[in-house]
Amino acid sequence: MTTDSPGHAGPENSTRNAGFALLASEITVLFRRRRTWAMLAALAAVPILIAVAVRITEGPSSGRGPAFLDSITQNGLFVSLTALTVAIPLFLPLTVGVVAGDTIAGEANLGTLRYLLVAPTGRVRLLLVKFAGAGLFCLAATAVVVLTGAAIGAMLFPVGPVTLLSGDTIGGAGYAVRLVLLAGYVTLSLLGLTAIGLFISTMTTMPVGAMAATVVAAVVSQILDSLPQLEWLHPWLFSHHWIGFADLLRQPIAWNSYADNALLQLGYIAVFGALAYGRFSTKDILS
Amino acid sequence: MTAPAAIETSGLTKSFAHQQAVDDVGLSVPRGSVFGFLGPNGSGKTTTIRMLLGLASATSGTIRLLDGAMPDAAAEVLPRVGALVEGPAFYPFLSGRANLHRLDTADRYAPRSTRRRRVNEALERVGLSHAAGKRAHAYSLGMKQRLGIANALLTPRDLLILDEPSNGLDPQGTREVRNLVRSLADGGSTVFVSSHLLAEVEQMCTHVAVMSTGRLVAQGTLEELRGHDHVQLRIETPDVGDARQVLASLGLQPDQGGPMAAATVTADLTVPGLHPEAVNAALVSAGVRVRGFAADATSLEDRFVALTGEGFDIDH
Repeated sequence: MTTDSPGHAGPENSTRNAGFALLASEITVLFRRRRTWAMLAALAAVPILIAVAVRITEGPSSGRGPAFLDSITQNGLFVSLTALTVAIPLFLPLTVGVVAGDTIAGEANLGTLRYLLVAPTGRVRLLLVKFAGAGLFCLAATAVVVLTGAAIGAMLFPVGPVTLLSGDTIGGAGYAVRLVLLAGYVTLSLLGLTAIGLFISTMTTMPVGAMAATVVAAVVSQILDSLPQLEWLHPWLFSHHWIGFADLLRQPIAWNSYADNALLQLGYIAVFGALAYGRFSTKDILS
Repeated sequence: MTAPAAIETSGLTKSFAHQQAVDDVGLSVPRGSVFGFLGPNGSGKTTTIRMLLGLASATSGTIRLLDGAMPDAAAEVLPRVGALVEGPAFYPFLSGRANLHRLDTADRYAPRSTRRRRVNEALERVGLSHAAGKRAHAYSLGMKQRLGIANALLTPRDLLILDEPSNGLDPQGTREVRNLVRSLADGGSTVFVSSHLLAEVEQMCTHVAVMSTGRLVAQGTLEELRGHDHVQLRIETPDVGDARQVLASLGLQPDQGGPMAAATVTADLTVPGLHPEAVNAALVSAGVRVRGFAADATSLEDRFVALTGEGFDIDH
C-alpha cells in the first residue's frame, strides 16, 4: 500500500485508459440478454412471415398490402424492402423504445447505476456509452430485418436483376450496396428516437415507464405526421423521413432525403442529448 | 498523524423537500483508522455516504475525500475508493464473475491486462470462487453481499466505504467480514463502515461517529466514546442489604433494588480514585459474601442509546 503525498491525484502506478472497455462491456451485456435476442428474433420473423405468406398464397395480385409486396413474387430480393416497410412504423420503434428506455432507468432500477458511477464512470461518459450501445442495437435490429429478408427471399423466390423505382435495372452487387445504404438510412432514422428514449430514461427509475413513453413518442409523432392540418409541423417530426427511403431505389440515387433525414436526426440527438445531460449530470442518484 | 484525514466534511447538509436529512455534519476520519459510522435507521448515514461518493449533491458544506474535493475530483479520487452503498446490486442475468468484470470496466484506472486476475482474486477473497460462474440471480442474500464486497476490492484501495457490510450474512460471514476489514486496515487502507450492529463496531473499529436525526452527535476514538472512566460495579451476593451499606459508606450510590435485584447490587463507580478492587476488599472485610464481582465499562450500546434515544421511533 502506498502512502499518499498531498496533492497526489489518481491511483499510483496506473494510467487512465481510453475508457472503451465500458463500451465493449455495454455491448456485451446488451447482447447477452435474452430479451435482446427475443426482440431480434421477433424482428427476423417479420420478413419470414411475409415471405412465407406470399409464397403459399401465390396468385394474382390484389393490388393491396404494403409497398413492394407485389414485387416479391417476381424477385425475392424485395422481401427485405417489404419487411422494412412493415417493421418501421411499429416493430422497430417498439424494440428501440425498449432498449433506449432501459438505458439509464434499467441501471437505476437494478441499483447498478450507483456502482457504475462510484467506479467511477463519469456521467457524460455513461450517457455516451449508453447512447452508443442503443445506437448499435438500432443497426442490429435493422440489419436483422434486411439480412433475414434477403435470405428468405432468396430461398423462396427467384432472384434476379432488380428493377428500381426509376425503371433502371441493377445486378446483385448493386442491390447489395442499396441494401447497406437502406439499413444505414433506417438506423439513422431511429437515432432521434433513441436520444428521446435516453432522455426519458434519465427521468425515472422505472424502465418499463421509460420504454412505454418512448414507444408512445414514436406513435404520436407518426400520428401527427399523418394529419394534413399540421403540415407545417411535419418536417420537424423525427418520424417524418422514416419511410422516405424510396429515393435510395432510384438511379442515380437521390440523396436529398438521406441528407434531410440525417440533419433532422442530428438535431434530435443534439436537443435530447443536451436535455439528458442537463437532467442526468446533476441528478441525485437515490436508487 | 500529520497526513490529511481520509474523509473530512464540514457543514455538510442535505435538505429534501420536507426534511433536513443531513444537518451540518463535520466528519473527520483519520487515515488508517477503522471508522464506525453508527446511527439508527433514517438518521442520515446513507445520505451522507451518497454525498461522500458524489452520488447525491450536498445542499451546502464541503467534502474532502483522500486528497480531492468531492464531487469535483471524483474522476481522480473514486478509483482509489472501494464502496458498498446501500446493499449490493447486480445484473441478475450475468454471472458473479461477469458482474465484477462489467463494473471493473467502468473504472478507467483499472488495467485491462490484470482484470481477469483481479476479479478472481476479489472473488477468492470473499469466498465466492466456487459460485463465480453462477448467475447473480441465483445468489443468496449473503452471497450477493459478498459479491458486493468483492466489487469494492477489485483494485487496491486507499479507502473503503462499506455501508452495512454484514447485512444478510450468517455468523461465519459476519466474522469473515470482520477479519477482512482488519486485514484491509493492516494493509494500510482506511475503512469507513456504517452499521447499526454495535457489537460489530465495538469489535473492529478504532474510531466511531454517531448520527441521530441527521446530526453528528458524537465522534472520536472508541475509548473516548465509550467513556472509559465510567465504570459500573455489579456485585452478586446473598447479603444484598449489607452490600448496599458498605457501598454507601464508600460514598457510592447503590441501586435501591428492583425486580432483578434479589441477589445483585449495582452502583456506578463515581468516587474518583476509588478502584473496584478496593470496593471488593471492603465488601469482603465487612463480611459480605461475594459470589460475583464485576466492573463493567459502559458498553457502546449504552452510549448509543443515550445519544440517539430509546425505542423504535424514527424521529424526523
